[in-house]
Amino acid sequence: MTLLSFACQHQYPSGFQLGVAFQVDCRFTALFGPSGSGKSSILAMIAGFVRPHRGRIVLGDEVLLDTERGVCVPPEKRHVGVVYQDSLLFPHLRVEQNLRYGAKHRRRRRKVDFTRVVEVLEIGPLLRRFSRNLSGGERQRVALGRALLSGPEILLMDEPLASLDAPLKLKILLYLERAIAEWDVPTLYVTHAQAEVHRAAQCVVVIDRGSLVTCGPPGEALSRLRPVSDGAE
Amino acid sequence: MGGLLTGEEWSALRLSFQVAACAALAGLPWAIAVGYLLARASFMGKWVIEVLVNLPLVLPPVVTGYLLLVCLAPRGPLGSLLEAWFGWRIVFTWWGAALASTVMSFPLMVRAARLAFQGVDPRLEMAARGLGAGPLAAFFTISLPLAQRGLIAAWTLGFARGLGEFGATIMVAGNIEGQTRTIPLAIYTLANRPDGGPQSWRLVALSILLACGALIASEFLERKRTAYDVA
Repeated sequence: MTLLSFACQHQYPSGFQLGVAFQVDCRFTALFGPSGSGKSSILAMIAGFVRPHRGRIVLGDEVLLDTERGVCVPPEKRHVGVVYQDSLLFPHLRVEQNLRYGAKHRRRRRKVDFTRVVEVLEIGPLLRRFSRNLSGGERQRVALGRALLSGPEILLMDEPLASLDAPLKLKILLYLERAIAEWDVPTLYVTHAQAEVHRAAQCVVVIDRGSLVTCGPPGEALSRLRPVSDGAE
Repeated sequence: MGGLLTGEEWSALRLSFQVAACAALAGLPWAIAVGYLLARASFMGKWVIEVLVNLPLVLPPVVTGYLLLVCLAPRGPLGSLLEAWFGWRIVFTWWGAALASTVMSFPLMVRAARLAFQGVDPRLEMAARGLGAGPLAAFFTISLPLAQRGLIAAWTLGFARGLGEFGATIMVAGNIEGQTRTIPLAIYTLANRPDGGPQSWRLVALSILLACGALIASEFLERKRTAYDVA
């Protein structure tokens, strides 16, 4: 069964046009493309923060958006967990309250055990802290935990490692892989770094200038991509 | 304290506090709503709201007071309804003084509230929505507590403005000793009396003291760090 199908068209006031259609069938899919290509816009549309002019988004068997039929589920009713590049932890809440925010505000279809998340992500010692006293890597682990604990049917990760240095990136990726394996949450992972894609992704969707370039298994898709753009950081 | 001030002065002080505090309290929820709207939303005709909100800042207070008086007088469009439905009479009571203060301090409070909300990253609220909080829940759990310090400043500003309200108050509430005669009105009354000099100086001093107190309090609140700033 298709996990996610996405087909949207949108014109931004700046003149940027986005018209992309793809399907996600694997557990770990990378959405890959140079910066400014429209990757984050796609995530924002799936999460419900941006409403495209025309399109249809289906998650599992639930229609999140269908502009022709006037369906647009508000973000709080979409069971989608987002991890942002700058984590967006709530600065006035302690780590523990951040983690529990989703469970408090959403009737979760998928129950995720709090203690287990804390254990897998090794964030136990951080629970009483505020986000400003966390390092970049700790912040992203907490953000990942917060998204997991909201019981999502898909995880959307918007360049979650972009602001971290290389050794830390690898460490966080390991945490992420562990979490995905443990809770079996399909993940759509936005990045412009090929190394991250090669490591973990089972499928790659490549975007450039608002349209789809190619999609498929990483080896194939990225080799086809190379002449277009080298994708190096 | 009772020995320091005469009965009249004491009642003027008490009334000033009561009027200013109630006015700022009554105005705060509206100032929060309008300030939030102006900080976050962009819509057609936004400038109309901005002009309306800021009008009392530039109109002569007497004009604002006159308009309020006309509306709220027992035979006025609003006053007659209030009297018929609830038996309330607003004009020439301290309620009238409080209402005049609310209207006069509203632009300042909205300004402060708007600034407070502009200081909160709107994407935090978006993140909250993504975690399952509806728009209202996201506002009350994220934006409101994060804007808290600025909102307290908004209240203090409204309170300080209310303490000094004169023009609109005298139109709507009159100048009735013990009922609507706040400190500014009492000073005005004494200044018109040939023998009022020394007594009005005492009230002038009291006003300066109060104003300083309000400023220091607001400065203090502004600087006070919340737990998440230090911890």
